Amino acid sequence: MLPIDPEPLVELRGITKRFGHLVANDGVDLTIRRGEVHALLGENGAGKTTLMRILYGLTTPDAGDIVVDGRPIVIRSPRDAIAAGIGMVTQHFSLVRPMTVAENLALGRSSFRYDEAAARARARDASVRYGISVDPGRRVGDLSVGEQQRVEILKALARDCRVLVLDEPTAVLVPQEVTALFATLERLVADGLGVVFISHKLGEVRAISDRVSVLRKGALVGTAAGATDERELARMMVGRPMTDLARRGDAPIDVDRPLLRVRDLRVTGAGVDALRSVSFDIAPGEILGVAGVSGNGQTELVDVLAGMRRPEAGSIRVGDTELAGARPSQIIAAGVGRIPEDRHASLVPDLSVAVNLVLERIDDFGGWARLDERRIRAHAAGLIERYAIRARPDDRLATLSGGNVQKVLLARVLSRDPRVVVVSQPTRGLDVGATEYVRSELLARRQAGSAVLLVSEDLDELLALSDRVIVLYEGQIVGEMRAEEADPERLGMLMAGRAADHDGRAA
Amino acid sequence: MTFLVDLLAATLRNATPLVYGGVGETFAERSGVLNLGIEGTMYAGAFSGLAVAFATGSLLLGLAAAIVVGVLAGALMALLTVTLGANQHVSGIGLTIGLIGLCEFANRLIFGGTELVRIDPFPALDAPAALGPLAPIFSQYGLTWLAFLIVVPASWWLLNRSSFGLDVRAVGENPEAADAAGIRVGRTRYLALMLGGALMAIGGAFITLALLGSFTLDIIAGRGWVAVALVIFGRWRIMRVVAGALLFAAVYSLQLRLRILPGFGEIPFELLLALPYLVVIAALAVSGRNVAYPGAYLKPYRRS
Amino acid sequence: MTLGIRSVRAPRWRTLALSTPGLVLTALLITFLLTAGPIAIAGGNPLSAYAEFLVVPLTSRFSILEVLVTATPLLLTGTAVALAFRGGYWNIGAEGQLLVGAIMAAAIGQVAGLPQILAIPLMILGGAIGGALWALGPALLRVRFGIDEVVTTLLLNPVALLLVNALLHGPWRDPVSGFPESPRIVESAEFPQLLERSRLHLGFGVAILIVAAVGYVVGRTPAGLRLRAVGLSPHGAKFAGIDVGRTLLFTALVSGAIAGIAGVGEVAGIQYRLTSGLSPGFGYTGIVVATLGALSMPGVTLAALLLGDLAVGASSAGRALGIPSQLGAVVQATLLLVTIALLAIRRNRLVGSAIAPDAAGVAADAVAADMAVSPVEADEASR
Repeated sequence: MLPIDPEPLVELRGITKRFGHLVANDGVDLTIRRGEVHALLGENGAGKTTLMRILYGLTTPDAGDIVVDGRPIVIRSPRDAIAAGIGMVTQHFSLVRPMTVAENLALGRSSFRYDEAAARARARDASVRYGISVDPGRRVGDLSVGEQQRVEILKALARDCRVLVLDEPTAVLVPQEVTALFATLERLVADGLGVVFISHKLGEVRAISDRVSVLRKGALVGTAAGATDERELARMMVGRPMTDLARRGDAPIDVDRPLLRVRDLRVTGAGVDALRSVSFDIAPGEILGVAGVSGNGQTELVDVLAGMRRPEAGSIRVGDTELAGARPSQIIAAGVGRIPEDRHASLVPDLSVAVNLVLERIDDFGGWARLDERRIRAHAAGLIERYAIRARPDDRLATLSGGNVQKVLLARVLSRDPRVVVVSQPTRGLDVGATEYVRSELLARRQAGSAVLLVSEDLDELLALSDRVIVLYEGQIVGEMRAEEADPERLGMLMAGRAADHDGRAA
Repeated sequence: MTFLVDLLAATLRNATPLVYGGVGETFAERSGVLNLGIEGTMYAGAFSGLAVAFATGSLLLGLAAAIVVGVLAGALMALLTVTLGANQHVSGIGLTIGLIGLCEFANRLIFGGTELVRIDPFPALDAPAALGPLAPIFSQYGLTWLAFLIVVPASWWLLNRSSFGLDVRAVGENPEAADAAGIRVGRTRYLALMLGGALMAIGGAFITLALLGSFTLDIIAGRGWVAVALVIFGRWRIMRVVAGALLFAAVYSLQLRLRILPGFGEIPFELLLALPYLVVIAALAVSGRNVAYPGAYLKPYRRS
Repeated sequence: MTLGIRSVRAPRWRTLALSTPGLVLTALLITFLLTAGPIAIAGGNPLSAYAEFLVVPLTSRFSILEVLVTATPLLLTGTAVALAFRGGYWNIGAEGQLLVGAIMAAAIGQVAGLPQILAIPLMILGGAIGGALWALGPALLRVRFGIDEVVTTLLLNPVALLLVNALLHGPWRDPVSGFPESPRIVESAEFPQLLERSRLHLGFGVAILIVAAVGYVVGRTPAGLRLRAVGLSPHGAKFAGIDVGRTLLFTALVSGAIAGIAGVGEVAGIQYRLTSGLSPGFGYTGIVVATLGALSMPGVTLAALLLGDLAVGASSAGRALGIPSQLGAVVQATLLLVTIALLAIRRNRLVGSAIAPDAAGVAADAVAADMAVSPVEADEASR
């Protein structure tokens, strides 16, 4: 279908980037051709994003050349990249949320006057020309994630980009939206666009790409054809065969005496209901998974259960204690352990590991007039060993890797033997080893009889760890099923808000 | 009637420095930088305006000098907070202390600090007699007319209807996104701070070149801080900031007139003088609750 | 894990405190280069001016003691500001809190018949309460409604000065001279001199005690840990069950109380009465002291002494060399700006080399940690 080896549009040669002692890119070579989807595959932290940020001028490389149309060029900023015909949709969208779609599309185009009417007209034109529907007059902050992504893609295309980089574009989409995105991409590629598609999901990569380049620990492992066998790609990506998750023997679950009872929870955020009459129980020794596309109420649910947000109505009971609207200190005292998705914000990164480990119970470590620093350090040394944290008690938390930060949080929470555990995106951004460790600790909690609420966007993880799964859509529970009966397609339909069959509704 | 006319006229007059200062601060904050150097910048505008006007005999040259000083003060603030990413609170306070110190140093050096230096200030423009008893309201200084008829609408247009304004709002809200869209974040913030500095300095110069015709120590007396409060009160919108300035000036002008009324003579005038500050705090307490700050407020931007 | 990496891993505040003296020395050098121009314009020889600024004050018993006298209010306002900044509360109102403390001291000090043993503690307590009261309004507005304390504390500074003037032109006007000065405080309320033939008064000892106490509380007690945690990450602190609002309120009130005591010292130890020129901006200089001292108590002590030295030197340079003493403020501000510029440069180097881009959130936290955290981020957590 395509010429055998067409002129490359963009060539990266020997790109190297270090952050302190961490090598993010190590002499990476990559070519991007006209009319191809080129997947950049790798685990979290493999250096995919850094490489593409360098191409787009958001990060300065330490070494290496960028060649566009056969001519070496210097890209100092996104301005230069845009001028060279490169566009990028960053993972966390680069949109100004209080501004309209038209304003966002007009950003960075130098002229004197900004005319909203003309900008909307231009936005509509572009929308028609590229077949990507957006509503120019709406505020970006009000759009769904999928719509925001369309704005981002249109923004890049409207500047006549010839190479479009998409950083994990499917992470925020339901399967049906992914299909639509792929259709759009195929159309654009047929018109000659070169697409770089960053992902760590093998299935998607095989479905859409013409070629796949695999990065591991900052270095290019190799470039293969898009149809390469999934096992082969996995081996390249991980460097060893992937292990399957396995739950240990099921303990009997006593459904009649739930540890956590949530009833008719309502949370209002920005004028709309973020959660609407959400009710569920979790029994001792049960993991309840929460599925849903991000932004459908998961964050609010976790915040409320963690005491970081007050619900407008409803009840949260742990055993006999009512906790709706309680302060974090009361929730901690009631035996609830919280591990939210934003780990850094839930700790104090500029304090030491040891202090972070006791922050939930400072008063246990000294009288009002004195902190017992020796005991704080000894306590930390114990947990560091028990949870295999690679750090010393006095290290500033901010200097730890993501996996070790997560372990600190895990140690702080689990060492207190919580009756209820609320955990969100527990393995996001972690390497394979840390991921397996975190998952095994969660399963150990289940074994120990805790009630666990698990929110995750990683459906494989969710289905592997959970006993039961509920689906959140627009703040409501739209489906519930036993994990072993759940299949991804049905989950996808529910997550997309499509009417479920009555099995799914039966809760 | 005369009282009201008089009060309105004084309100417009007293609001003028706050309008310049408040609009200048709005540009700075909309770009994501809190400029606490405003008090010093207004001070420097007041002093440099008067000093140059005195030396050259030209009020316009004095005004031009104030503008230059304001632009430089804004650029210095930008060097600290934009290029280096230094703490904005401390940079601003340091700039204020430094500029006030420099002005007092120069004042001592140039004028010996003994005799009060006087110039002939800008006169108020006569209003057409056809306005009858309302004439005093319209008999204002040229800089007041300029503020309300040119600077405010032009600033509004610039911030909301020009490409530059779009850039300013974008870098103040989400500099990462602005950068990714090809906007030069640093340059935009520099421009916003320099433009803001010029406006603040004009506000200060208005006091020496028009209102007083002389320079005294502590001449700004916290007007810069008031302007910062007005920007929050106005939620970073030009027209609301101007409304806030008018409110403050109205209370200020009212207390000046209350002093001479029977029954108010008992109250120390300093307490009445404190009234406008308290009104601003009260206004903030009522309308400033949980306002949405510009997204990148106080945050330096740096690519990795 | 080389040694180089380990040095980056040292706790931030320790790194700062350890290397800050070197940084301040560099800042001093640059400051002198920058201020050489104004000195030359004023007709002075920059080198002899610097000698006059820094060295001459340390060459006689009298002037050394004067340095300590001048440093006394700066120790207190510097501590007040540093404590507040460490706790993430942007108290820019130390000036006003100092003045209200001075008013309280002048009021209590006028009461005749109190024995010294009662009068002095009462004045200190009264000043502390006055300063704390002046800090209370902004603190409540911040904790309850999320209103930026920077603006409200700033606005209350001119109000406090007007309050002083209202008293001096009204009820407290000197009945004999008619000068706007309060009546002299009674003798039993005067702070005793610490040394013969000097102006060094009890206030200096009080200041040193308070600096040491604050250093201990912030560094070694649960309350101090809460304060630091809130200052570094309000969200993280709230998440760990710390009552952010209460901690902020505590921080603000203690900070205001310490600033109020600075006012007591000036009234009871120096002026023996309330005057409108009582404070030449000690509250604002407290921000300089706190910053130069990297918000640590040993640092604040050194910075207060340095600025005291500079202030004494500036006024003697005024007499000896004919350079207007206002240059002192210029040097002070230049030193401040150069120091934070150097701090920022050093931090950029650290951040740029040690933190990956994916950790943008971490980079922002590191920025905040250099100077506590921004009020906006803390608003949400304080409720």
